[in-house]
Amino acid sequence: MSTLTPIAAGLWTDEAEPRLIGGKHRTSGEIVFPMPLGDAALHYEPMLLARRGTLWSWTVQSFRPKSPPYDGPEDFTPFALGYVELPGEVIVETRLTGTAELTIGMPLELTIEPFDARRTTFAFRPIEAPI
Amino acid sequence: MSDVCIVGIGIHPFGRTEGRSGRDQGVFAVRQALADAGVGWDKVQFGYGGSSSAGNADLIVNELGLTGIPIINVSNGCATGGSALGSAYSAIASGEFDLGLAVGFDKHPRGAFNAKPAEYGLPEWYGETGLMLTTQFFATKIQRYMALYGISRRTLGLVAEKALYNGTRCDHAWRRSELDLDTILAAPMVNDPLNKYMFCSPAEGGVALILATEKKARELGKPAIRLKASVMRTRPPGSFEVFAPSIRLPRGESPTHLASRAAFERAGIGPADIAVAQLQDTESGAEIMHMAENGFCADGDQEAWLAEGRTRVGGQLPVNTDGGCLACGEPIGASGLRQVFENVVQLRGTGGARQVPGQPKTAYTHVYGAPGVSAVTIMER
Repeated sequence: MSTLTPIAAGLWTDEAEPRLIGGKHRTSGEIVFPMPLGDAALHYEPMLLARRGTLWSWTVQSFRPKSPPYDGPEDFTPFALGYVELPGEVIVETRLTGTAELTIGMPLELTIEPFDARRTTFAFRPIEAPI
Repeated sequence: MSDVCIVGIGIHPFGRTEGRSGRDQGVFAVRQALADAGVGWDKVQFGYGGSSSAGNADLIVNELGLTGIPIINVSNGCATGGSALGSAYSAIASGEFDLGLAVGFDKHPRGAFNAKPAEYGLPEWYGETGLMLTTQFFATKIQRYMALYGISRRTLGLVAEKALYNGTRCDHAWRRSELDLDTILAAPMVNDPLNKYMFCSPAEGGVALILATEKKARELGKPAIRLKASVMRTRPPGSFEVFAPSIRLPRGESPTHLASRAAFERAGIGPADIAVAQLQDTESGAEIMHMAENGFCADGDQEAWLAEGRTRVGGQLPVNTDGGCLACGEPIGASGLRQVFENVVQLRGTGGARQVPGQPKTAYTHVYGAPGVSAVTIMER
């Protein structure tokens, strides 16, 4: 794992229990993910998002997405993805890992997973304890 | 303000036409619409039109004639056709013109759309990691909707079954063979809970509409199909859209809610007054959710509506009478105008085997697309 690098800079923190880096609008308080880039970034301040949330919705990607833009391994394995509601913050789109049994409302937490032979990406996985 | 009437309609069959460009399919549709209206190209005073992947509409003058008229290219994603029509509507309603054209056409490669992140203001990682697919949006939206409102997979299948049935009765449809519900439900999954037969495919086609003032329509001796509203809206705060790395809390409404309400308000009627509707059915779940977002039923009532066949031709509110996107495919630039074409057919009573009985007097169209746009029209006979 140590040789893998994040798929992009600034998406999550580099710490033992990483957190996604969102943005909080300076006047409206709206929270978004990821932190906006370019001129839009002027209106937001970076905000570390909750590590735990609940499954808002999900699907399974059964076919290999077209390249570009998809840049995953040629040898495609279907993966689950969906949206996770971070209570009181924002609903984020993410890969889902660690289970084949996905139920809306189930508790999940952030994890960093290998994306290909070189890079990591973020995902959410089930946890036992309620939030 | 004069009513705006649709006096001519033309369509190039949807599907795949090897050797004919998207724009040529648009020109084909324009010639048919002119013939239907009984006017020559030299009488057309302006045009609005466009495509997503098949180039600019203003080049149709090369084929149709260099009459010098203004043609505005429209590029508005899935609302391209609706936006072209809305602009043409305004041009006539303003009193500046009394006869004009709205045209939409397209020709897409096979397979799912592969949008580029930068074109939607999104970071590259979003596309690289396989999260930027329109099919995922539709799947996650209906997945949650099914859980919240008790919609079954069987109901998703019934929408596809109806679409393919209607398509067999429609000359411009692409998919022309029926499938039974069991076959549909057993098809390979694309994005859970939606399978192969529940998604429409990118396709090709062209549609043209000739619009005129009421006075001009009378001169042409055409049955008055009045465009009572043509409205396009972008998304409100907290909506859930195609290509959304995050969704704001608190949740809000959709652009469809906004466009629908504005259209009903302008037309001065309500959902219960509509006799036939064409609703964006990019996939089965979209038709179900759009029934409620456009105000035709309460969330969850679709389960009973589909089971009882209320949206079939002959039902209480026939929906997607030409098979919709599921049977016709989706050439983005043409799709919204196809719905209007189909409604004119229904209001004229020339729908043949798919004609809605009872001489419908009101008709409704709705499109939805990335990155959160919706266009609605209401027509009256």
